Amino acid sequence: MRLSGAEIIIESLIQEGITTIFGYPGGVITDIYDHLEKSPIRHYLVRHEQGAVHMADGYARSSGKVGVCLVTSGPGATNTVTGIASAFMDSIPVVVFTGQVPTPLIGNDAFQEVDIVGITRPCTKHNYLVKKVEDLSRVIKEAFYLARSGRPGPVLVDLPKDVLQNKTEFKYPKKVEMRSYRPTYSAHAGQIEKAAAQILKARRPIIYAGGGVVSSRSSRELKTLAEGLTIPVTTTLMGLGAFPGRHPLWLGMLGMHGTYWANMSVAQCDLLIAVGARFDDRVTGKVDLFAPEAKIIHIDIDPTSIRKNVSVDIPIVGDCKDALSKLNQSLHKQEKSDWRKIRQPWLEQIQEWKKTHPLTYEQGKDEIKPQYVVEKLYEVTQGQAIIATEVGQNQMWAAQFYHFDRPNSFITSGGLGVMGYGFPAAIGAQVACPDRIVIDIAGDGSIQMNIQEMATAVANQVPVKIAILNNGYLGMVRQFQELFYEKRYAQTFLKGNPDFVKLAEAYGAAGLRAERPEEVVPVIEKALSIKGPVIMDFVVCPEECVAPMVPAGKGMTEMLLV
Amino acid sequence: MENNHEQKHTISALVDNEPGVLNRVTGLFSGRGFNIESLCVAETMDPLVSRITLVTRGNNQIIEQITKQLNKLVNVIKVMDFTDTEFVEREMALIKVRAEAQTRAEILRIVDIFRCKVVDVSPQFYTIEVTGNDSKITAILGLLNHLGIKEIARTGAIAMARSKKEISLKKEKIVFIEMPEEATQKTGYRP
Ligand SMILES: Cc1ncc(C[n+]2csc(CCOP(=O)(O)OP(=O)(O)O)c2C)c(N)n1
Ligand SMILES: [Mg+2]
Repeated sequence: MRLSGAEIIIESLIQEGITTIFGYPGGVITDIYDHLEKSPIRHYLVRHEQGAVHMADGYARSSGKVGVCLVTSGPGATNTVTGIASAFMDSIPVVVFTGQVPTPLIGNDAFQEVDIVGITRPCTKHNYLVKKVEDLSRVIKEAFYLARSGRPGPVLVDLPKDVLQNKTEFKYPKKVEMRSYRPTYSAHAGQIEKAAAQILKARRPIIYAGGGVVSSRSSRELKTLAEGLTIPVTTTLMGLGAFPGRHPLWLGMLGMHGTYWANMSVAQCDLLIAVGARFDDRVTGKVDLFAPEAKIIHIDIDPTSIRKNVSVDIPIVGDCKDALSKLNQSLHKQEKSDWRKIRQPWLEQIQEWKKTHPLTYEQGKDEIKPQYVVEKLYEVTQGQAIIATEVGQNQMWAAQFYHFDRPNSFITSGGLGVMGYGFPAAIGAQVACPDRIVIDIAGDGSIQMNIQEMATAVANQVPVKIAILNNGYLGMVRQFQELFYEKRYAQTFLKGNPDFVKLAEAYGAAGLRAERPEEVVPVIEKALSIKGPVIMDFVVCPEECVAPMVPAGKGMTEMLLV
Repeated sequence: MENNHEQKHTISALVDNEPGVLNRVTGLFSGRGFNIESLCVAETMDPLVSRITLVTRGNNQIIEQITKQLNKLVNVIKVMDFTDTEFVEREMALIKVRAEAQTRAEILRIVDIFRCKVVDVSPQFYTIEVTGNDSKITAILGLLNHLGIKEIARTGAIAMARSKKEISLKKEKIVFIEMPEEATQKTGYRP
């Protein structure tokens, strides 16, 4: 069958099982749109290309499928960069198609020409400029394979206009042939045995799990390991939901705004089992003081993650699911011990830390505390919602007070920390999971960074709910200024915020406001009863701080309990 | 981390012979703050493959990161760090040196001692071609310098393992990876 490049793209997407695309048209990709319109693929017209990538990202995180977006050349392409960089940092499988000027014009500073492959080289897993229509189907096949295999990540495919118009014989390849790319899935048996022996010896072990457990779908294996040997579990921000948030062995999140007892457990453990995590500086603080007494086992599919920031005693390269199930098998064969009894002193010590320094806040009569809003969201949704967040205090409170029960339910820009991520990501998640409640826990600053996507939500009847924790400040930066800059609030007061209720209404969505504590639950309930998108504007205490907090560069036990 | 002892390493990588691949490699070095002391690239016997040889410096942990990060690049097929193995390393330099009547004999003597060649002669200059390792080239430059070097051009190092160890693609079968039905829809594909 002879098809044009544009037709090949649509056909290839169909063969990949793609049902949904987020995008924005422009001159050079009009051919694709012309054919897309006739195809069964559903296209969501965004209002800014950054939104399209975040939507594809939220779609991928909530469903485990690859997210796809399509944008034009030049400014369309550059607008995707933040979204791509965020997906890259968080290892999210997204394929981004960008238009490009015709091949004879490349390099001539043509209208809307930009070297997007050059620009995104350091923030994609891989990228392609397709120069011949004959290469197109192979490149698309490889792009999807790269995006979702190994350590997942974004892949960009740049499509010159003439490549879209030229014709060639189309046959979608069945196989990927790449001699230079072979991720290691299978964990080395010898290393597994070493790890098992170390685990059996440990008296104060903990598991430190990250986003890798979510993307490899190995929560069940993680739970088996934790329960089998009574090992407490902490996760990173990216790992939330990988272990049930109400489990007796759950320590809460670790790191800069982690729980006191999680950080103390890391500081005093004798064995740290890192699974699908990368020892980010927000997690380790000062590296020398991170788990100083512990032997470290590190399971990760990406060899570069291992020994990048800390030295590791037992490295295990492989898929978390494979490694954890082999580890469980090996441990299962060993002699049974009464692990509950053996762990008792360790668990009691942790309980002690938890009792003396719990996560708390005081909800008074007049002002709404932001933590209270998150807690009520948790209660009203019975912990079953998909929660997206923006960046800042809102993100940390969501992480601390919404006790995630299952994976693929917490959607946040962890590595890059992109304000404006949450709302479009929530739209993507809602598109992927139409039967679930999806809430973006937002800050009043962040929500304004991609608010234009309200039009996308309204036009497509995507019933995302936004809960703005409206403190009138760029709260997280204000907190830094309060603690480390003697309360000099330089440029963090958000003078000129819009009336968010009216803003919602202007878009044809619903807007609700709560100004007093007793209004919080009714507003949430009302919002959930509305079919379309809703903004809930919670006017909260302006100077609340996220606690505990480890100042950047300090050891993880040097927590400020503000 | 342990071992902060910095050492020079010569690393070879076989890469896809495609536009942009060198940029991926150098971008990796600049983006992650690794340094490159020299770099050489040329096609191999297989026109689809190029060989990059680079010299870098770092402690064990950094070198480990460099080789892992190189391996992670999708276009990199194979990486080998020659340090601590038996290997031959060569660089080449072209040196244009002032050749006056009274210095010609000395230049030729140096050329003889270093077993290099005069490859171009003009009334005032000799152009000398020298190959060897870094220290040999540095040494001859030192000797010729006071005779008046006009210009030099130096390559980076290229390297090859002695006898047994080889960095070739013979053993590297191309693998055909079949995607299971389910994996086409999900992340974390597992064979
Ligand atoms: C795009 C972007 N710009 C700047 C920042 C730096 N930053 C981090 S948190 C924050 C404040 C966020 O304010 P808001 O959205 O109101 O959330 P709050 O902390 O008040 O909950 C800023 C400016 C960022 N993370 N992302
Ligand atoms: Mg705010």
